[in-house]
Amino acid sequence: MANLELLFSIAPVLNIQLVLSGLFVGAIFALAAYGLALVWGVMNVKNLAQGELVIMGGYIAWWLSIDVPVWIGIPAMDFRLFWIDFLPISVPAVAFLEFMKPAIHPILGLPVAMVVMFGFGWVIFKLIICRVIDKDLFTSLLATFGLALVIQQLLNLAFGPEVQIAESGFAIRSFFGGMVTVADIKFICLVLAGILAVVVVTFMKYSRMGQAIRATAQDPRAARVMGIDTERVYAFTFSLNAAICGAAGALISMVWVIQPFYGMAHSIRAFVIVTAAGLGNLPGVIIAGLGLGVAEFYSGFILGAVLQQFTVVGLLVLVLGVRQIQQSRHRQPVR
Amino acid sequence: MAERGASPLIAVGRWVHGLDPNMRRIVLYGCILAAGISAPFVFEAYTFAIAVLWVMILFALTWDILGGQMGYNSLGNIAFFGIGMYICAIVQIGLYYDVALYTAHDGAVNIHYTPEQYFTGLALGIVAGGLGAMAFAVVFGLIVFGLRGPYFAIGTLGVALAAPELIGAWDYVGGGGGISLPNYPGGPDERSRLFYYLCLIFAFATFGFLKWLYSTRFGLAINAIRDDEEKAEGMGLHTMRYKMIGWSIAAFFLGLSGAVFGNMIGFIEPLEVAFPTVTFGIFMIVMCLMGGKGTLWGPVIGATLFHTIKEVTWAHMLGWQWVALGVLIIVTVVFFQQGIVGWLKNAFPEWYGITVDEAVSAESDADIAARLTRSEAAE
Repeated sequence: MANLELLFSIAPVLNIQLVLSGLFVGAIFALAAYGLALVWGVMNVKNLAQGELVIMGGYIAWWLSIDVPVWIGIPAMDFRLFWIDFLPISVPAVAFLEFMKPAIHPILGLPVAMVVMFGFGWVIFKLIICRVIDKDLFTSLLATFGLALVIQQLLNLAFGPEVQIAESGFAIRSFFGGMVTVADIKFICLVLAGILAVVVVTFMKYSRMGQAIRATAQDPRAARVMGIDTERVYAFTFSLNAAICGAAGALISMVWVIQPFYGMAHSIRAFVIVTAAGLGNLPGVIIAGLGLGVAEFYSGFILGAVLQQFTVVGLLVLVLGVRQIQQSRHRQPVR
Repeated sequence: MAERGASPLIAVGRWVHGLDPNMRRIVLYGCILAAGISAPFVFEAYTFAIAVLWVMILFALTWDILGGQMGYNSLGNIAFFGIGMYICAIVQIGLYYDVALYTAHDGAVNIHYTPEQYFTGLALGIVAGGLGAMAFAVVFGLIVFGLRGPYFAIGTLGVALAAPELIGAWDYVGGGGGISLPNYPGGPDERSRLFYYLCLIFAFATFGFLKWLYSTRFGLAINAIRDDEEKAEGMGLHTMRYKMIGWSIAAFFLGLSGAVFGNMIGFIEPLEVAFPTVTFGIFMIVMCLMGGKGTLWGPVIGATLFHTIKEVTWAHMLGWQWVALGVLIIVTVVFFQQGIVGWLKNAFPEWYGITVDEAVSAESDADIAARLTRSEAAE
């Protein structure tokens, strides 16, 4: 609790630092949560692999941004060996890729991550998601949980369990005599997240596909009658979600850290935000996302880093509890 | 039929089939019990693995109370396992020492328990673990039972993920560093056998209790909640009470197993041993789905199959075992959700006493035809 005193009487300017840091990551949380709400609203699939998609996008941007071959000298040697055993051709292919791969700045890696993740989302949809849409609610949760396990373990095998940051190489500014430091890249990422959100919302509102997605969300049967290929809409929605997650991950890799097992926390965050805001409530998602980011940084500072994770899950339980009380008011017996 | 009876297995099968149902049941349980009791002597090197198998069966059975029979899919039942484990440890140590002092010295303080002290502590600890987990179930139940469907699953997952974080930050019980439990006052073989039999007894007790429970009104009530909770409430069932009792029962047995498991390992810490949400917490669901949820035998069969496959293949997969586990979850959930017992029920309904009375169905067809003719004639 010593930090509490520090925050409110000794150095109140630290509050600005915490709020800013919270807002920067919160904007990215909101992005991933919007993707979750999209998939949830359109095809009623609760994607527990949301965080893993985010982390995967982060790894794509990070991998593109480094210029040393990563797969050498990392404990994931058996990953390479696996491919050497089963696919002899992959040895020169991987070597070529590692040799030729230019170091792309992570900001330029962001669109690449989006495109790759869009394709990945399409494959995942065709393999798994399209089979769970019409099943009961728990099926989609558990199937995507299995998917999350697979993705995080593959990332761990490929890149190792170390915490990674995609270095942007931009300057760090300090304010208030060094009490508050903000990296330029964080501002840039905040702007990028904003632009991305505007693009996605515009797309949903005005493009033909966006209109088809909204129509399918409202009434899939009527949409089919009107000639919309709902199966394609579903596939596109999930891929779009994966692409949004990929972008969020690329941003996270620049402003925060990525690690193969951090995905679950991102999934929980997305669920907290969506549950707090409700489906189809874009301003709510943005406010909840920013609020969650700030809350997390405050609790991390006041209670210690040990309890930062706890804050996320604690907030989830709290939000669900509050929702439940709200709903129980509607469930009064008829008099 | 006679020409297929060559193999001795089929001969045994026919003999079992010829027995009357009660006798058949006694033979089956007797065989399993005999195998369970003799296992630590016959397969001495695998005592621990088989003990874990009994714990797994208990896991799958307790998950099925809510997940299968009541339709409330919890992702966080493992929390009670860890709570039972920690309560047992606190009771065992706290009876004779100051827990905070014990954990602060982190094993440097060399403590000796007389056999009497040890066994008193263990017995009280196990009982306290079960009852404590039950008490926590009631508290959690108040928070999560208003939630339906996916919210319930996510809420319970949240509880299970929050528990190790909280315990890891609590220095009284050793925080993230964990506690080592009192040393067993006896030889290692004796120790492993004692905990093996405790696991065996608890698994059997769970099975027997649930078998009785599902045959009572309670079983019907929780099935009604699964089929349609609103209607069940409308019929005058106090659904909240049933949900609470069901969860408390699951928590009680999970707490017992956690208390025993912690002592069997000898050292407990929050993330890997006490609250292994991503391993045991998910295993229990996968085992249940594999065997067939909503049935008494499904969890047992699923747990046995899963644990055997896991023990045989796990060590040979060099880091790929988790990927395999994820794929297994996806395949089970997406393609084989009815499970082994559910599939058997579909394929061989006559084994489960579901028969089609040819006479009745033929008659009703004739009735329909007659009615159709009559209505046509009326027009």
